[in-house]
Amino acid sequence: MRSTADAVIIGGGVIGSSIAYHLAKEGMRNVVLLERYSFCTGSTGRCGAGVREQWGSERNCRLAQASINAFEHLAEELGYEGDIEFKQKGYLILAHTEKEWEQFKKNVALQNSLGIASKLLTPQEAKEIVPILNTDGMLGATYNKRDGHCNPFHTTWAYAQAARRLGVELQYFTEATGIRLEGGRVAAVNTTRGTISTPVVINAAGPWAKPVAQMVGVDLPVYTQRHQILATEPTGPIIDPMVMSFSIGIYCQQTPHGSVVMGMGDPNEPKGYDIGSSWEFLREMSRIILRLLPALESLKVVRQWSGLYTVTPDAHPILGGVPGIDGYYQAVGFSGHGFMLAPAVGRIISELVVGKTPFIDITGLDLGRFERGELQVEPSVV
Amino acid sequence: MKRSVEEKNWLEQQNVIVCRCEDVTLDEVRRAIAQGATTLDELKRLLRVGMGPCQGRTCRELLARELAEHLGKPVGEIMPPTFRPPAKPVKLGLVSRLAEDVPRAGGDSSLEGGESR
Repeated sequence: MRSTADAVIIGGGVIGSSIAYHLAKEGMRNVVLLERYSFCTGSTGRCGAGVREQWGSERNCRLAQASINAFEHLAEELGYEGDIEFKQKGYLILAHTEKEWEQFKKNVALQNSLGIASKLLTPQEAKEIVPILNTDGMLGATYNKRDGHCNPFHTTWAYAQAARRLGVELQYFTEATGIRLEGGRVAAVNTTRGTISTPVVINAAGPWAKPVAQMVGVDLPVYTQRHQILATEPTGPIIDPMVMSFSIGIYCQQTPHGSVVMGMGDPNEPKGYDIGSSWEFLREMSRIILRLLPALESLKVVRQWSGLYTVTPDAHPILGGVPGIDGYYQAVGFSGHGFMLAPAVGRIISELVVGKTPFIDITGLDLGRFERGELQVEPSVV
Repeated sequence: MKRSVEEKNWLEQQNVIVCRCEDVTLDEVRRAIAQGATTLDELKRLLRVGMGPCQGRTCRELLARELAEHLGKPVGEIMPPTFRPPAKPVKLGLVSRLAEDVPRAGGDSSLEGGESR
């Protein structure tokens, strides 16, 4: 392992790997990426693999839009020989309550003003896109064709391997155990394989972002919470878009592989680090999904798992540096939608580290917003 | 288990399927190992080996042997992959209906508990 680096990244998920690639692309190649286990062991490899532009805040819309732009040519950009399984068959977001229908009208107006081509659909129009959808009780839906799916494992691996080819050292199965500050500046990172002297450290530790931030005395206002998910056996094409409902709290998408992946948020889920799977989830998920998509009844569940959301008070990520700690940067608190923002976030953080103005304005996504009380909560989260 | 040179050559010439559920060949496994995969979970993530209906019952040991050989370690030192419920594929419709009929045993919510039978 290198003993001196220009930057050390903590976290080998999609965020850390994207940052590693973008730093190298900016010319900063003496970079070490530390990962306690292997790539995609934290939240990235456990996520629902959806990517969408349909958000309720301008900041999330812009980050997501730039990321979809990047996903469209990512495999070529990264010289990846495998398949990142990017599919753009849309997100169909269902409205079952007056309140969410009113919110969706605002969301679509905002999205359209930013150049996102989402639209409001009647239940009948939604059924034309997903013929097996039960539209009983539905008031309408929103749809955006550019949204869709991408494989988190292959995307992360593609970023990491491209970074490695540019000179980044990938240190898997290596844990960051401490960060040494000298006179308010980052000086070194201690690891289970030795110490790396570095003026820059980037916290991309996903669910472990809070303990990593504590290494430099920063208290992140985030908590972790289990979200459960399951996958069925593969079948022929039956559902094109991601089908999602915020009021019911579910999402369901058929992957290019043919399996159907579905997940559900549970408002009663305790905070913490439990990543077990429960029988109750299997039962509730199957009941709810069969009301919306009864034709899935005979599909077999082959696997269930769970992962952690790292949630901030406004469901927006925390990006950038922290005043008073030179050389410390963070890309944390993605609140369940880090994978789909990773291309834009990796570029933004690398631009900050090399002293450039980020290509997307991240005003209001800093840690200081919580103290200033400038919170605009993202409404569109499962 | 050590293989003879002849056996290795023969295997390399064949389009040997290692994971029957996901149609993954030995050649694909070896390429992933050459790229840096050192664990069964990493092979799963890159190749989908062990993620099909049998959940790795067929390929797990074959893959462990490949990794062991590449890393020069005994098979026993290869970390097992994560095992995930359900133990057998089960229809969504069945899960949703059975839950109505089967009384819950105690307060145990884990899938290893009695109610998952």
